[in-house]
Amino acid sequence: MSTLTDPLSPTFEPRPEPLRALGLLSGGLDSTLAARLLMDQGIEVECVNFHTGFCIQSHTGALRNPKPGAAPPRHDALHAAGNLGIRLHLVDIAEDYVRIVTDPKHGYGKNLNPCLDCKIFMVQKAHEMMRSMGFHFLFTGEVLGQRPMSQRRDTFPVIDRESGAGGWLLRPLTALRMPLTEPEKRGWVDRSRLMGFSGRNRKPQMALARQLGIVDYPSPAGGCCFLTDENYARKLRDLWSYRGERSYAMEDILLLKAGRHLRPAPHYKLVIGRDDSENHFLSGFVEGRILIKARDIPGPLTLVEGTPSPDDLIFACRLAARFGRARELPEVAMVVEVQGSREIHQVIPLPAHEMDEAWYV
Amino acid sequence: MSDVRDPAPDGMDSVPVADRVVDARRLLCPMPILKAEGAMREMRDGEVLEVRATDPGLRNDLPAWCRSQGHRFAGMRSQGRELQGWVVKGMG
Ligand code: SF4
Repeated sequence: MSTLTDPLSPTFEPRPEPLRALGLLSGGLDSTLAARLLMDQGIEVECVNFHTGFCIQSHTGALRNPKPGAAPPRHDALHAAGNLGIRLHLVDIAEDYVRIVTDPKHGYGKNLNPCLDCKIFMVQKAHEMMRSMGFHFLFTGEVLGQRPMSQRRDTFPVIDRESGAGGWLLRPLTALRMPLTEPEKRGWVDRSRLMGFSGRNRKPQMALARQLGIVDYPSPAGGCCFLTDENYARKLRDLWSYRGERSYAMEDILLLKAGRHLRPAPHYKLVIGRDDSENHFLSGFVEGRILIKARDIPGPLTLVEGTPSPDDLIFACRLAARFGRARELPEVAMVVEVQGSREIHQVIPLPAHEMDEAWYV
Repeated sequence: MSDVRDPAPDGMDSVPVADRVVDARRLLCPMPILKAEGAMREMRDGEVLEVRATDPGLRNDLPAWCRSQGHRFAGMRSQGRELQGWVVKGMG
């Protein structure tokens, strides 16, 4: 059976030249393969990658001291686009994305990941770009059954419908298991050269990569963003519950990525750097927060958020002192900076038996 | 990297003269690139953009970004935590 639409069929339409497709590129293997399958059919491919503020890749690497000999972190989508030789549009959707995270219509996955709303939103944005930039159709690297929340037989039509993309979204890796999309119906895309992958097994993708000579791709992660991370989600929930509302600023969600977070009382929280790199990173967030540091000895930088009383601040100094070399001293001078004013407190570092595990967010 | 004052970037004889500088220090990936992209939109072909950043990812990301945008990557150097990279618009 030929899978190319018959020129005599009522849906046939001559293929535009060049035929241009816009894809969602995460930089992982799936979206890279999807792009290659279309490029190999002579389709002109460009991709888009959305910045939500929760991107997991490289941030952990960029925040901590590098392990000796470790390669510098990289942005997977940029790297994949460079390898594919295609143009990548990096689009910052962080501001609009707040609404997706704080109030997702379709709810959350295992942690605070609103995957279905997220996908709909991204495809919707891509669809707007498709129309304004003269692309003929969209594609993603989605595979049926691969992710529990968004990549299901019953969620694909929801994505297509609610994003407004309708039949103009092609999923090259799983197309043979899906109804015909518009570009296939018109005979623009050769369906026989698309795939019918499904499920969580990644062997077929890896075999296809080998066949296409794609060797340099990141190993699959649990999800594409910090919202799928249990520890991160816990910190974000903590932030929301003590604020009394689901909201966040860019600064908040960046700060949740760094340091130890301890909440000794509901109305304030400490963020303590774990190494030089984190201390440096935290030092960029002093504005609007209280900074604590040991005066004469090396130790971490601590930020305090919330509304601590003067007594709370003394306690915070004792707690912060535990995490540096000050811990071994009977008494230590801690510097407290609040909006430019500076105080020194002589404190006794908090002994181990007064620490409470429950303070760790 | 050496600590000599103003060393030329790897493989270059001199420090390029920038038409525009983007300061993305302390910002995390992909903000340095997003800022660079914003600046490029207002520049002409052949002009030089300098990007300053502290996210070590710039080392990989700036050249990759150039490849995907058709700019020419003109070099990079580091001093301490800071990275400085140069890009020539549209000359890839
Ligand atoms: S893991 Fe994060 S970025 Fe990926 S679909 Fe889910 S919410 Fe969106």
